[in-house]
Amino acid sequence: MMKFRFRRQGTDPQREKIKQELFAFSKTVEHGFPHQPSALAFDPKLQLMAIGTKSGSIKVYGAPGVEFTGLHKDLSAVTQIHFLPGQGRLLSLLDDNTIHLWELVVGASREVGGVKREGVVSLQEVGNYSLPGRPGIESCSATRVTVLLLLRSCDLLCIGTEGGGVYFLDLPRLSLKDTQTLLQDQITQSLPDDHRCGKSLGPVESLQEHPQRAGKILIGYSRGLVVLWDLSTRHAEQLFLGKQQLESLVWERSGSLFVSSHNDGSYSVWPVVSGNTYSHQPASSTIPYGPFPCKAINKILWRTTCTGSPVLLYSGGMQRASYGDRHCLTIQRDKDHVTLDFTSRVIDFFTVHSIEPEKEFDDPSALVVLLEEELVVIDLQTPGWPSLPTPYLAPLHSSAITCSCHISSVPPKLWERVVNAGRAQQGRQRTHRSWPICGGKNRAPPPRQQELLLTGHEDGTVRFWDASGVALTPLYKLSTANIFHTDCDPSDDPQDPSSDPDMQQEEEEWPPFRKVGCFDPYSDDPRLGIQKISLCKYSNRLVVAGTAGQVIVLGLSDDRSAHLVDVSVVDLLQDREGFTWKGHDRLEPRLKPAPFPPGFQPLVLVQCLPPASVTAVALHAEWNLIAFGTSHGFGLFDYHRRNTVLARCTLHPNDSLAMEGPLSRVKSLKKSLRQSFRRIRKSRVSGKKRTIATPTRKIQEANAALAEQEEVAPVQRRIEPRSADDSLSGVVRCLCFADTFLRDGTHHGPTLWAGTNSGSVYAYALEVPGIGLGRACERGGASESSVCVEAVLGKEIQLMHRAPVVSICMLDGRGKPLPDPYEASQDLAIAPDMTNAHSVLIASEEQLKVFSLPKVSAKTKFKLTAHEGCRVRKVALVVFSSTAQEDYSEHTLVCLTNLGDMHLFNIPGLRPQVRYNCIRKEDISGIASCVFTKTGQGFYLISPSEYERFSLSAKVLTEPLCSVQLDRPLEPTPASDGTTTQPQANGTRKNQLGQAEGQTEESLSSLSSPVLDTPLDSPLSCADLTIDSTGEITVEDVRDFLTTVDEAENNLKNISEEEGRPTGILIN
Amino acid sequence: MRDTPPDHCVVHLVQFEAEYRRFAVKKNGPGGFQEFYGLLQTIHQIPGVDVLLGYADVHGDLLPINNDDNFHKAVSSANPLLRIIITKKEDEPVVFGTNSLQRRKKGLGLTGLRTPGAGSTHSKNRTGLMIGMPQNFRQVSSIIDVDILPETHRRVRLHKHGTHKPLGFYIRDGVSVRVTPQGVEKVPGVFISRLVRGGLAESTGLLGVNDEILEVNGIDVAGKSLDQVTDMMVANSHNLIVTVKPANQRNNVMHRGSKTSMGNSGSVGSAGSTGSILSHDSPSPASQSNPITASCANSNFNSIAEGDSDDEDDDGDIILENDSLMPHDSHQVTDSNNVNLNRDSPTNGPHSSTVVRPLPQSVSLPSSVGASLSDSSMTSNYNRNTAHTASNRQESMREDGTIITL
Repeated sequence: MMKFRFRRQGTDPQREKIKQELFAFSKTVEHGFPHQPSALAFDPKLQLMAIGTKSGSIKVYGAPGVEFTGLHKDLSAVTQIHFLPGQGRLLSLLDDNTIHLWELVVGASREVGGVKREGVVSLQEVGNYSLPGRPGIESCSATRVTVLLLLRSCDLLCIGTEGGGVYFLDLPRLSLKDTQTLLQDQITQSLPDDHRCGKSLGPVESLQEHPQRAGKILIGYSRGLVVLWDLSTRHAEQLFLGKQQLESLVWERSGSLFVSSHNDGSYSVWPVVSGNTYSHQPASSTIPYGPFPCKAINKILWRTTCTGSPVLLYSGGMQRASYGDRHCLTIQRDKDHVTLDFTSRVIDFFTVHSIEPEKEFDDPSALVVLLEEELVVIDLQTPGWPSLPTPYLAPLHSSAITCSCHISSVPPKLWERVVNAGRAQQGRQRTHRSWPICGGKNRAPPPRQQELLLTGHEDGTVRFWDASGVALTPLYKLSTANIFHTDCDPSDDPQDPSSDPDMQQEEEEWPPFRKVGCFDPYSDDPRLGIQKISLCKYSNRLVVAGTAGQVIVLGLSDDRSAHLVDVSVVDLLQDREGFTWKGHDRLEPRLKPAPFPPGFQPLVLVQCLPPASVTAVALHAEWNLIAFGTSHGFGLFDYHRRNTVLARCTLHPNDSLAMEGPLSRVKSLKKSLRQSFRRIRKSRVSGKKRTIATPTRKIQEANAALAEQEEVAPVQRRIEPRSADDSLSGVVRCLCFADTFLRDGTHHGPTLWAGTNSGSVYAYALEVPGIGLGRACERGGASESSVCVEAVLGKEIQLMHRAPVVSICMLDGRGKPLPDPYEASQDLAIAPDMTNAHSVLIASEEQLKVFSLPKVSAKTKFKLTAHEGCRVRKVALVVFSSTAQEDYSEHTLVCLTNLGDMHLFNIPGLRPQVRYNCIRKEDISGIASCVFTKTGQGFYLISPSEYERFSLSAKVLTEPLCSVQLDRPLEPTPASDGTTTQPQANGTRKNQLGQAEGQTEESLSSLSSPVLDTPLDSPLSCADLTIDSTGEITVEDVRDFLTTVDEAENNLKNISEEEGRPTGILIN
Repeated sequence: MRDTPPDHCVVHLVQFEAEYRRFAVKKNGPGGFQEFYGLLQTIHQIPGVDVLLGYADVHGDLLPINNDDNFHKAVSSANPLLRIIITKKEDEPVVFGTNSLQRRKKGLGLTGLRTPGAGSTHSKNRTGLMIGMPQNFRQVSSIIDVDILPETHRRVRLHKHGTHKPLGFYIRDGVSVRVTPQGVEKVPGVFISRLVRGGLAESTGLLGVNDEILEVNGIDVAGKSLDQVTDMMVANSHNLIVTVKPANQRNNVMHRGSKTSMGNSGSVGSAGSTGSILSHDSPSPASQSNPITASCANSNFNSIAEGDSDDEDDDGDIILENDSLMPHDSHQVTDSNNVNLNRDSPTNGPHSSTVVRPLPQSVSLPSSVGASLSDSSMTSNYNRNTAHTASNRQESMREDGTIITL
């Protein structure tokens, strides 16, 4: 992972040691909701929940902060997960028909960034099994697993298959009990003659163990037959001769009845009376949403309560014609009937209920529903069944994320006010029940500082997240839509009327729908999208800029208010002529005063003309200034005096593209997309992901891959230097305020810097009344009140290589970055060195350069692109603290390149320090979404709904640090004393298992967990083999290809064998 | 401020020694070189003195006027001002061509030009058929490091001096066959896939389709993706040095005898000598490099050492400073150029029409030479360092040209 490949690498061992104390790369947590979930399971004993995804990962969640992740080597979808309750083990069934056993284990010690980490607990695969084909039958679909049942004793796994057979596996050894296998013939023999119609019974649809009598299982076949099978005597105790296509089965707690759900939207209740071998009819059969044709009820749960009437929960079953496309789940008890209407597909659901055998009733406390895009939890004990807010697994993408911004060490005052504003928003819906999934213990120390992550969304909202810990929790949601008058906004207050009429109609409406969940991918107006966010944490000023050139200045208020927002329009084209904007119109501001809830309330709205998307924004709350840039130019606005200070056009005369708006590029984009998709497909076809590959098939595949390559013309790249009139050269890429020396070496004052896509940097000297003493006096006369902010162009720098300017920042006399506004004046940061000459660090996509000030001349530089062939995408100045010395820290420039690498440079020397591979280079959205914190962590999107959190710092880490109490059957362990040391977030070690040592139950082991060392990135990267050839194809080529495939497979096998051995567990 | 001269006129600004004359000539006026030569002698009242004429072209290069063709070229390039420099013929030849202005400052010094020499005996412009000296042309390409590279490889340097000519080639992915002790091995490689007609790459004749690219400016491309190599080349495009393995190995430079001997036997070799070392990683002695070029119309060598290594020309970022911002003059450039700079600046006008306050600006370059950009059309002290950006700044320079005066 770590690569020292820079040419000018110093070999000073002392320096190397310091580097190891400062820098270490790790991916720590995944925040958000797993992409494409496909399976759900719950361990009622440990109170842990597991979610499997289509890309083959398994995530286990407990109490907030307790998280484990595992990734299958085969990247097939996880179709089922089953916990071995209380053991910290789980079984997963993959789409490729393999069964995998996972354990929470103490991993081997490893070295990360010079710090030795021992006894890391992670979720690891300890074994796998795939059902062999039945001898004599070619098709493997007969042994395709349909359902799994884990007996309560946890030593036997029953496997239902497509062919109707039930197989039994010994656990945890995963060995087949051949003699026990139950094939369909045995069942058909015991059928009464009139039911034996020569057809097979169909695949096994459901397996359920009798809740009271161990060793008896209910087997449901697809055609409708249900059998109560006794495992010990190996005979069918009872047969229930259902005729309707079966979907699922569930026992009632006492075992006196069970319920079956069917594909015609009905469910049936079957009494189980011993001595009665054949039941021809169910006790009752209901089609809840009949009488018209209904869709299947996919899953049904029957939970008894102490009040007598059971709670019935089932998914689907909706009327085919009217509501067939809805994603619904019904909760029914007596007359209470609610149809939860979700915005995405229901994957699976479970209830949290009492499992103690001595209790008489289930008494479900919560319903947990896994949807394709979010997790919804319903409180079943509060009347009305309200939904519970989730402390993690929040759907980040409830509207697509368009930008993000991180604020470290948030002042407690601001934090409190944001939290309160968020509480006020949740309002009446709130329940007071606690989170039902509370397994494990979060051992991470409370965060030393509060961190905010702000995400901007396509629908014009900004969401505030608590990013201080492992669980990313929503705090507050700010909507900017109500500042504008939009089409889809018929009434003044859109929230209340939509919900109230529904409530009134509820009695008449059937089914009684209730909208649940917050995933809503449909944006009312794409122009509302948020592009840039800047927050001043000391003055509580927030600037939000969007797609239609809107820049909104907001202030924090604890009271509700209704006021009119001041609107200003800034023409960035100035007197340029001959351009026409063909893009969208600007948003129409609301003319009437709008009500604003407590929280951030808009003060000023600035609209750029033409209304192109805002590409850069800067806020200086101390000077009351905001700067904003689009593809046409940039502007400076004084939001205190409400006047435009400056508007500057950056367009090149030949640049017509920028003028036409966003649509003109669509065509070429489409073409290039098609090309890249072809390439992706090509690499997939030639990749290894085939489970049952015969030699002939491989040849076909190789031929197909080669043929496809022939079709696509070789990718060519033109080599031309950039010229000034390249399209979109005027796009303003970065803006920055600084108090520095622009005029001369003795007088510093406010400045504004702007960098464009074509390598131009404009520096303006600002005259802000009351700041930069002396200037106003020199002018003389003008009274303080009438004095306006003025901007004078001081310098214009044209970088010769013309690459886009990614970032500009000032370095003080000591070469340290200047502090944020207010930081120095409020003694929150060390005051900058204003006695020595400042310098400016300009990072373009190709080079990093430090120029001296005020006379701009190059001091140091690093030509990244010329050396490495990679281009800078994101840049941040980060403070890295040392793990060894408490007070030692270094300012470092972190660069994320288009190849997904992190390059670290010291400043102002710009000497390369370390480089890490972080993001796959194909993951363009991941690279584009990356944000850094000021202390060496960062976030990027690994899917539309998930942030990966990573750390470049050896000291500052936010990682799961948790323990789980297991009652796992004992296994011999190599560990001697059973104590392991655990790394804390601050890098010091501490005896982690101290508390557990006092416990004497020998079956208790306490495992603590932090990070996984598996970098979980999404699947495409793995072992794809491509043939790079544009020449003619020979037989040799094909042969070469085949051997590489074989080798790769062999290697994989070896790996899995090696890693398949169970690792010892430390037991106290 | 002066008016723009009428279209049919070309205003000539003529410098002879320290003397400046300014006059207008009809664009379609005096037919040939000889008439013009006579005219100049009359104007400067130097009949009978043998002189060499040179003019500053749009890129600031000092180019000769010694026949009808280049005279017409010079007149047509007037913009609208044509700057002509007259020097007496002397033993020391005037250096024309690329980098000439800079070179003169560095190497020969200004005095070299102005030394009033006795009437020189030889005069080029009297000969019948004029073929310019190699140094009279701008170098566009060279083969370098022949002595240290294997025969099968070729290191080519492309100079893109502000010309509008595109570099003009495309690269692609491919498979390269390497011979290793274990046998033949196939590795991915990057190849030239296409040459643009009329582009720089094609016109040099040094690069061909299917040539494998091994290095870019001294950095091995092995293991780099096509996009990475593309970015590396674009980043170095102003001074691109590519090491290729030509697909056609028949035109290779043959090292007959020892490797250290001058490899002048190259098939398209010429006698030009590139004086210095260009690549990052090949500190070979200057005497051993062996430039070869295809003889195409406009490309040739000058005999001047190519000193602008990668690092030097890179500092050519242009910095425009606003004079009115400077309350203290102490920091202003103390170069000799500054005299010119200060004189020029009040009339130079703002570069952009959208400046908030149109204030006089001075222009300065941060490079060691420190010549100012605005000088480029005015004085002979033009810094070749800016040549690469000159074309891009041209539009603005042209605009400014209308208001430049003395």
